Amino acid sequence: MRQFTQARIALGRTGSSLPTEEVLQFGYAHAMAQDAVHLPLDVDALCASLHAADFPTLRVNSRAGDRGTYLLRPDLGRRLEAESVAALQAAKPEKPLDLLLVVGDGLSSLAIQKHALPMLEAIRRIAPQDWQIGPVVVASQARVALGDEVGEALGARLVAILIGERPGLSSPDSLGMYLTYEPRVGRHNAERNCISNVRTEGLSYATAAHKLLWLAQEGLRLKLTGVDLKDESDMILIAPPAEIKQLP
Amino acid sequence: MQYSQTVGVQTYHFKDLKDVLAKATPSRSGDYLAGVAAQTNAERMAAKMCLADIPLSQFLQELVIPYESDEVSRLIIDTHDAAAFSAISHLTVGGLRNWLLSDAADTETLTCVAPGITPEMAAAVSKLMRNQDLILVARKCRVVTAFRDTIGLKGRMSTRLQPNHPTDDPRGIAASIVDGLLYGSGDAVIGINPATDSIPALTDLYHLVDEVISEYGIPTQSCVLTHVTNQIQVMERGAPVDLVFQSIAGTEKANQSFGINLEILREAREAALSLKRGTAGDNVMYFETGQGTALSANAHFGVDQQTCEARAYAIARRYAPLLSNTVVGFIGPEYLYNGKQIIRAGLEDHFCGKLLGVPIGCDVCYTNHADADQDDMDNLMTLLGAAEVTFIMGIPGADDIMLNYQSTSFHDALYLRNVLGLKPAPEFEQWLSAMNISDSTGRVRPVTPTHRLLKSLPGKLQAA
Repeated sequence: MRQFTQARIALGRTGSSLPTEEVLQFGYAHAMAQDAVHLPLDVDALCASLHAADFPTLRVNSRAGDRGTYLLRPDLGRRLEAESVAALQAAKPEKPLDLLLVVGDGLSSLAIQKHALPMLEAIRRIAPQDWQIGPVVVASQARVALGDEVGEALGARLVAILIGERPGLSSPDSLGMYLTYEPRVGRHNAERNCISNVRTEGLSYATAAHKLLWLAQEGLRLKLTGVDLKDESDMILIAPPAEIKQLP
Repeated sequence: MQYSQTVGVQTYHFKDLKDVLAKATPSRSGDYLAGVAAQTNAERMAAKMCLADIPLSQFLQELVIPYESDEVSRLIIDTHDAAAFSAISHLTVGGLRNWLLSDAADTETLTCVAPGITPEMAAAVSKLMRNQDLILVARKCRVVTAFRDTIGLKGRMSTRLQPNHPTDDPRGIAASIVDGLLYGSGDAVIGINPATDSIPALTDLYHLVDEVISEYGIPTQSCVLTHVTNQIQVMERGAPVDLVFQSIAGTEKANQSFGINLEILREAREAALSLKRGTAGDNVMYFETGQGTALSANAHFGVDQQTCEARAYAIARRYAPLLSNTVVGFIGPEYLYNGKQIIRAGLEDHFCGKLLGVPIGCDVCYTNHADADQDDMDNLMTLLGAAEVTFIMGIPGADDIMLNYQSTSFHDALYLRNVLGLKPAPEFEQWLSAMNISDSTGRVRPVTPTHRLLKSLPGKLQAA
């Protein structure tokens, strides 16, 4: 049965307890995951690889100055430091952006190092040609809601933040994407749509990009995101050709 | 009412009831994050002394969140049972602790008094109680519910089988279900946290679990933990929905951040009841809660996180759930920093839930950014087992590969049943025996490759 899932099934038992080997394997995985939380994101290297792929970038920081503060004060991770706000306002384009892409370290810098670039490329590949996307904003010590302030400062109709999810024992590198219509400080989580588990063993870049763009187009059409925007992208995939044409 | 406490030469002043409650709370990171915690250990003890002298009747006069501005406050006051309260109405918070621990407060009496206790009273008294007090009183409370089996009977502890998969792969989910069943897990519910929000994919999951339950005649129920509005939609489309799930919190504004209100919960419950799928009872709701949710939605109004959590139980008991689950360590270190804080919170939540009449279980858990490990979980699950917790989670190897956190495993439940002599729900216990999964003493048998579950199901999965 193990071929069907990465879950820790069929571990065996001694009495009703775990065998020694499994206790040690679990302990090692936990040690790795705890270490991963504290690895800083190499922003220089990330920006260099984004530039090489023709993505212009802007760098911002949250108000959480270090990892310890970030873990205990999520409120600081949701707000931009003053210099970053000024930098974004100075870079605000005249025409509003249709979809702004933000990359934030979140709780796994490993997820960003591995998946941010290929995920962005997959999104760019199928985004409508006439959309204004703008620069990729790379945010350090970022929480999901930091995307709201970034999107507000740059004047975006939609913001999608790509962020490192809390690492699991079997998945220290899982990426999440959160889409918010008319981002501004104070948006609720119920006003976002989430696509999670983007990683090699999880959701593929192509599928995740398809879902994001479907939600983005529906979001612009309905002028909202969140619980009132249901992900029916699967239905569109099997819909008659006439309806498929409306997709990019 | 003025709130102050003089200890020796020092006098401590507190602004109002919610300030006393917050400052009397055992130390935890979430209350510091909210800026409501006591500033010194001495101030915390003074707040406890002050709290001990406050009459319970004051809690009906001074609401921590105003009646006019919050539907949870209105629910608490409008459903308060004055007749049930009369047995304890003369007591202070400190007096309530003494009474709860006394032999006068037996199971029957506690059941009668429950509708007269408000969440704030329960939270208040818990702040004066040590861990052993929380265990002793919770063990005396009994909340029995039923759907296809009976949950919460004396000497029983159930488990939620949680077969999550990061992409909702039906074969992966089914493999985890089979593994769990062979360890005797799943009598509370087989409950999947889906990765998807998509209505067609969710509908497939309902059919998958329904087929497993029907095929083997398992006396349990299924649940897919998606937003309640999704569940209303799939019920309209005819999906086989047993339990309706929703995360709830203790303030109207926090629930708004979840995209729900009391009316939506009522509507969802009505829809589930109309399906009439329960055979042993009609408790059709499954709720999840956790300290810190109101604060994380910036919707706590200066109320400490444990009191906010207890207020969520007022919502839970209103809708007669089969199960209510405090997911105690899931939210992260900014609310509960380490093993000590998680253990304390788990015992508080279980106590408050039981005292209020909620069939509460606990996801004994932590995340990889918290300062906790599996030893802390061993401690909490053992303490909760002693308190006769309604149910805990059963997750393959304690590692949820979809939600990325650590909880309790199938093995852990067997350990607790072994050490404390706890049994699963009676209907499920009979099924385990009939299926040759457990022997006549209730011990889980070694798995053989010829077992019916292993022989037939993987074949079907291969074909899928």
